[in-house]
Amino acid sequence: MVLATFFVLPLLLVVVVSFWDYTEYSLIPDLILMNYAELFYGCFDWDQGLCTTFATYLSTFKYVFLTWCFTLVIGFGVALYLVFCVRSLRMQIVLFLVCTIPFWTSNVIRMISWIPLLGRNGIVNTALISLGIIDQPIEWLLYSGFSVTLGFVHLYTLFMVVPIFNSMAKIDKSLIEAAKDSGASAWQIITNIIIPLSRSGIMIGSIFVITIVVGDFITIGVLGGQQIASVGKIIYVEMSYLQFPAAAANAVVLVSITLLMVAAMMRIVNVRKEL
Amino acid sequence: MFSRAQKAWLTIFFSCFVIFLYGPVLSIILLAFQGPEGGLTFPMRGFSLHWFEELWRGLGVVDISRGLRRSLFLGVLVMIFTVILSLCAGLAFRKKFRGSGVLFYLTIASLIIPSIAISLGIALQFRLLDETVKWLGQTLEIQWIIDDFQTSMGLIASGLGTHLTWTLPFGLLIMFAVFNRFNPSYEEAARDLGATPWQTFWGVVFPLISPALVGVALFGFTLSYDELARSSQALGAVNTLPLELRGLTTTVTNPSIYALGAVTTGVSFLVIGLSLGLFWVLRQKAGNIK
Repeated sequence: MVLATFFVLPLLLVVVVSFWDYTEYSLIPDLILMNYAELFYGCFDWDQGLCTTFATYLSTFKYVFLTWCFTLVIGFGVALYLVFCVRSLRMQIVLFLVCTIPFWTSNVIRMISWIPLLGRNGIVNTALISLGIIDQPIEWLLYSGFSVTLGFVHLYTLFMVVPIFNSMAKIDKSLIEAAKDSGASAWQIITNIIIPLSRSGIMIGSIFVITIVVGDFITIGVLGGQQIASVGKIIYVEMSYLQFPAAAANAVVLVSITLLMVAAMMRIVNVRKEL
Repeated sequence: MFSRAQKAWLTIFFSCFVIFLYGPVLSIILLAFQGPEGGLTFPMRGFSLHWFEELWRGLGVVDISRGLRRSLFLGVLVMIFTVILSLCAGLAFRKKFRGSGVLFYLTIASLIIPSIAISLGIALQFRLLDETVKWLGQTLEIQWIIDDFQTSMGLIASGLGTHLTWTLPFGLLIMFAVFNRFNPSYEEAARDLGATPWQTFWGVVFPLISPALVGVALFGFTLSYDELARSSQALGAVNTLPLELRGLTTTVTNPSIYALGAVTTGVSFLVIGLSLGLFWVLRQKAGNIK
């Protein structure tokens, strides 16, 4: 019921309104493709270079991809450590909690906490200068693609750690013993046993990370210094100018792309069985 | 499976990860205790509670304490709804019923649709609702609507709904995980001993799943308390704390914003600590039943 009122209905409205006409202050029910036409205006004149919409999507997906790579590697490493290097169950739980607690604290705080570290006179720059490695503060540390990616990885690695940990913990330890007795190296064990068996966790984690980053406009705003474009931000800006139908058209495109990606990943694992 | 050297490397890797997770937050908490002359970054100039006092006096136009109270209020409300609804849904899902598959995928979808789209949808929904109400008021000449009605958006209506689309999926997934592992023989034993369904539920099932319910409550509260992307368009005129905070990041240029950060992080930690404590106590009790 709640989901129906506050989830299905709004989404349907988004789709409907994306076909509406609008003026400066009112919405006019209609069935036009203008919003979509405007969205992709000039996108098919290939000799003009990339249109804004495509460029924005491309930049968004660049961050999605970068974040996904980093969170995957880090998340996998952390889960590997927790499951196979920590002996006692109690210690495992404690360390697991250590990783999860930041997830329950405010995201905005965790974003702005990077500012004193990365800023022009931040710790990183001051430290590097006093060590004599650089003479000038590095400008690209904050309000850049670097800080945005860093922020994403910082915020969302946990979404990788938890599902991967969950599926790794289910791996039968005797399998690994057997592999070791037959002379497999640690690397062979990881690639041939652990990765295939924790595939579902990796997929669930990836779905989480990708869908969160795709629609983000806050991290990109705070850590990107309002300079970097993303699809979420365009929607946000359009909404603040009350151009609801245009925002809706954008949202429909974004949601369809997200759903396509998720559907592709869902083909690989059955989420319901993995809980 | 790993050699000693490999283990050492993984340990170092893990420690780096933990530092990476906590370092920034610790640094701003530390900076919040900056002396009065201190700026936004290190080095620390003295040690004082100056910026907390600043914060207490208020930061210009932005009303922090009201934002905090709204966030806490909404968080508690969302928490209660999340626990009750996920418990009911969890119990219902133990048996297959018509539409259970659809409902399950709906839950997952609610989790993975980009927040901005949902936020936009809810904003639209309430805007249209408002216009309908106003139109009704004018055509039917209902006086109070014409005079006083502004918007039906607010913490309770759109705010609660929006937050539930975010917290409920988490709650439901936890309940699914719990009931997938739940051993029905305890219930059967209770029934064989002549317990009514009601007694079975309160005497057996509820104590056994109560630790998980604390988990659901924790998710409900903290996710709502920190939620930003969905609230941004859906709350109408009132702001919750994360929204105020985001506004402050562009306007305030002294360490009082870190003080505020320290305070909200403190609230989060308090809640986490309390729930973990409660979790352990209830687990002990659940263990006793078994």
